[in-house]
Amino acid sequence: MTTTEQTVVAGQPSCDLPGGWVGLGPRSTDGFISAGARISRRAFGPLLLLFFAFVVVPRWAGDYWFSAILVPFLVLSLAGLGLNILTGYAGQLSVGSSAFMAVGAFAAYDSVLRIPHLPLLGGIAFGGLMAAAVGVLFGLPSLRIKGFYLLVSTLAAQFFVEWAFTKFSWFSNDNASGVITAPPLLIAGHDFSSPRGRYLLTLGVVTGLTWLARRLLHSETGRSFLAVRDMETAAAVMGIPILRTKLVAFATSSFVCGVAGALWAFTYLGTVEPHGFDLDRSYQVLFIVIIGGLGSVWGAFLGAAFIVLLPVALDNLAAHLLAGVVDPGHMENLEKMVFGSLIIVFLVKEPRGLARLFEKLLAWLRRWPLTA
Amino acid sequence: MSATTKLAIGMAAGVLLLTVAERRAQADSNEQYFPLQSYRVGPYAAGGSGFFGGFIDYMQLVNLRDNGVNGVKLTWSECETEYVVERGVECYERLKKGLNGAPTAATNPLSVGIAYATIDRQTVDKIPLITINHGRTDSTDGSVFPYIFPLQLNPYSEIAAIITWVGEKSGGLEKLKGKKIVTLYHGSPYGKETTPILDLYAKKYGFEITHIEVPHPGNEQQSQWLSIRRMKPDWVILRGWGVMNPVAIKTAAKTGFPVDHIIGNIWSNAEEDVRPAGSVGKGYIAITTGPSGTNFPVLKDIEKYVVKAGKGNLADAKRFGTIYYNLGVENGILNIEAVRVAQAKFGKRPLTGEEVRWGFEHLNIDDKRLKELGALGLLQPIKLSCSDHEGGGAVRFQQWNGDKWMTISDWVHPDRAVLRPIIEASAAKYAKEKGITPRNCSAEIHASLSR
Repeated sequence: MTTTEQTVVAGQPSCDLPGGWVGLGPRSTDGFISAGARISRRAFGPLLLLFFAFVVVPRWAGDYWFSAILVPFLVLSLAGLGLNILTGYAGQLSVGSSAFMAVGAFAAYDSVLRIPHLPLLGGIAFGGLMAAAVGVLFGLPSLRIKGFYLLVSTLAAQFFVEWAFTKFSWFSNDNASGVITAPPLLIAGHDFSSPRGRYLLTLGVVTGLTWLARRLLHSETGRSFLAVRDMETAAAVMGIPILRTKLVAFATSSFVCGVAGALWAFTYLGTVEPHGFDLDRSYQVLFIVIIGGLGSVWGAFLGAAFIVLLPVALDNLAAHLLAGVVDPGHMENLEKMVFGSLIIVFLVKEPRGLARLFEKLLAWLRRWPLTA
Repeated sequence: MSATTKLAIGMAAGVLLLTVAERRAQADSNEQYFPLQSYRVGPYAAGGSGFFGGFIDYMQLVNLRDNGVNGVKLTWSECETEYVVERGVECYERLKKGLNGAPTAATNPLSVGIAYATIDRQTVDKIPLITINHGRTDSTDGSVFPYIFPLQLNPYSEIAAIITWVGEKSGGLEKLKGKKIVTLYHGSPYGKETTPILDLYAKKYGFEITHIEVPHPGNEQQSQWLSIRRMKPDWVILRGWGVMNPVAIKTAAKTGFPVDHIIGNIWSNAEEDVRPAGSVGKGYIAITTGPSGTNFPVLKDIEKYVVKAGKGNLADAKRFGTIYYNLGVENGILNIEAVRVAQAKFGKRPLTGEEVRWGFEHLNIDDKRLKELGALGLLQPIKLSCSDHEGGGAVRFQQWNGDKWMTISDWVHPDRAVLRPIIEASAAKYAKEKGITPRNCSAEIHASLSR
């Protein structure tokens, strides 16, 4: 990673965090100021986080944390990151994320099953590539239609993909129920099928792709995304190829979503059916991006944490505190109400999402404890 | 120190605290634990609350009347899944370790989607997965699926029984030639499970089969029933679930399809499925593995020891003795009997999942035992083995008279021998895909006989 890019990432939130809803106005992309002296210190935090995730967590966490919390959190973060590339950075609205996840999952399953000697990671990458191809196809209308109209055309992707995987049983190897199951999780002879192994595999793929995505978003391509998002006409005048930029955004976004889908099927559930990737999942990913913060890599992670962890935490809390006191059915509805109100409170308090709140927290921590 | 460092340290401290809290010492316990992935809200709440109500009440009965199973008390806790796969998986992972030291006996998620997602996990964790009257058909083959039990009735047997009965009604299976049958199925793995077997029977007996899907949850079926009306089929097999069922019956009546030519499958057979449709539901036919009603000694005991003591689980006392509730009781009987069988081999103590699995595989409940249990007529006799994890396979037909179910047939036994090769082929395919080496069932039988 070159020094300049690293600085921009960590030091200038203006690039990472747009000021509000997609495409509503120009946003600052300035701030490419080099501050070489501070790099090592800035890289320290993320490195510590990686050390924590790769070394500390696998030592301490139990099966429940791996299988029920960390893996779905990571996979949905990746899907959120995928959508964020398209919606948060390139300004193209989409509710087709779960369709691209489905393509990734089924293509990965079919490639591992049908192509002899294809390694697992090759299959997952193939899933991503197929999703990218489908993404480009459904991204074509984006040249002519924008905003909410584009949203509707991605909706078509959502329904088409679900229909195709249900209709043509070849995709699920003629399984009667249309359900696919994960192949043995072997990489270079190592078995990753234990909960810890599945966590590490997921974490590895997610870390790699997150790093790549950040590199891309802070390259010329990434700046073209921002230009197209902020004002398409101006971008075209500046000589940025609009169609190409949009298609690249669709392709990369769908690739990331596709890999997320493959991981969802392989490392999280171990099985998946086409309806597991329905419109609800697309909305879930969209909410992750909106709550986490549009146009922020970390926003996807924060949003996924909120969407995945909070209901589980509420449920655990309720199970410990209120079991036997409140009727289980009522408790469930209560939890939903609490969760809904929390979303509203968060978005009223900080419309730019958790990533912005996080920034504020970091700024406060930087001063603490010397100032209030 | 930079802000991120402070934050990372904070997070590390937080997670450490959580894991320490999680690893609190486990006390010894003389209890057997059943984790319940129940669902009491959402479109399938009627099934979930009835089934788990019956299951819990039966366990409560065993505790209160018999002081548990040979002195080992039963304990359980619930985790709401809303019938959603991810939540079911989360619940499984949360509850699988047991409760306060009481080991986990088996899971009963009552959801095909959740069952599919935990098949691999439970095989690794060595915890039996019970899918009574549903589940993955090929898991009947215990040589490939040692820990999975589609007890009593798998989806293929269900279809086989329905076709047998329809054949009888038409005056013999050969008379099915040229008939038109539509299957209206729930858009889920459960709904799709029987498509190939129906196609096979259509080819074999020469009737025409049309598969029509109703997307989850199924509260809008106008277009499906309009196409059914255009086709004018002789029979419609309804493979519904939850809210889809009353909507199907209502829409059928509205579009002019005779309700007494709809045959509900095992998950379209409850009072809650037909009562909301109102008076048009009269004449609707469905299959069942256990009749509704409160006239069985075991239900009388539940009423006496549990409900009268104010410990009944049902929020609405009127649902006592309904199809879902009684299925929960049946499920409770089968689970507890498996524990009992396993205790006879391994000792009268809380058992591991692996030991309870042995109990399930050696379940053998005959009419005599059913009578002792006070469940004669509620359950069919059932005998399981290494290669047969289903055991029963028979159903009875019932018809709605506007107020309650009337049984209209004796036990209909499907020709399970015809289904066996398909099940074995499917299981073998799964084994190959997953790299599983099947157990040798005949060798295991010999080993146990020579011992």
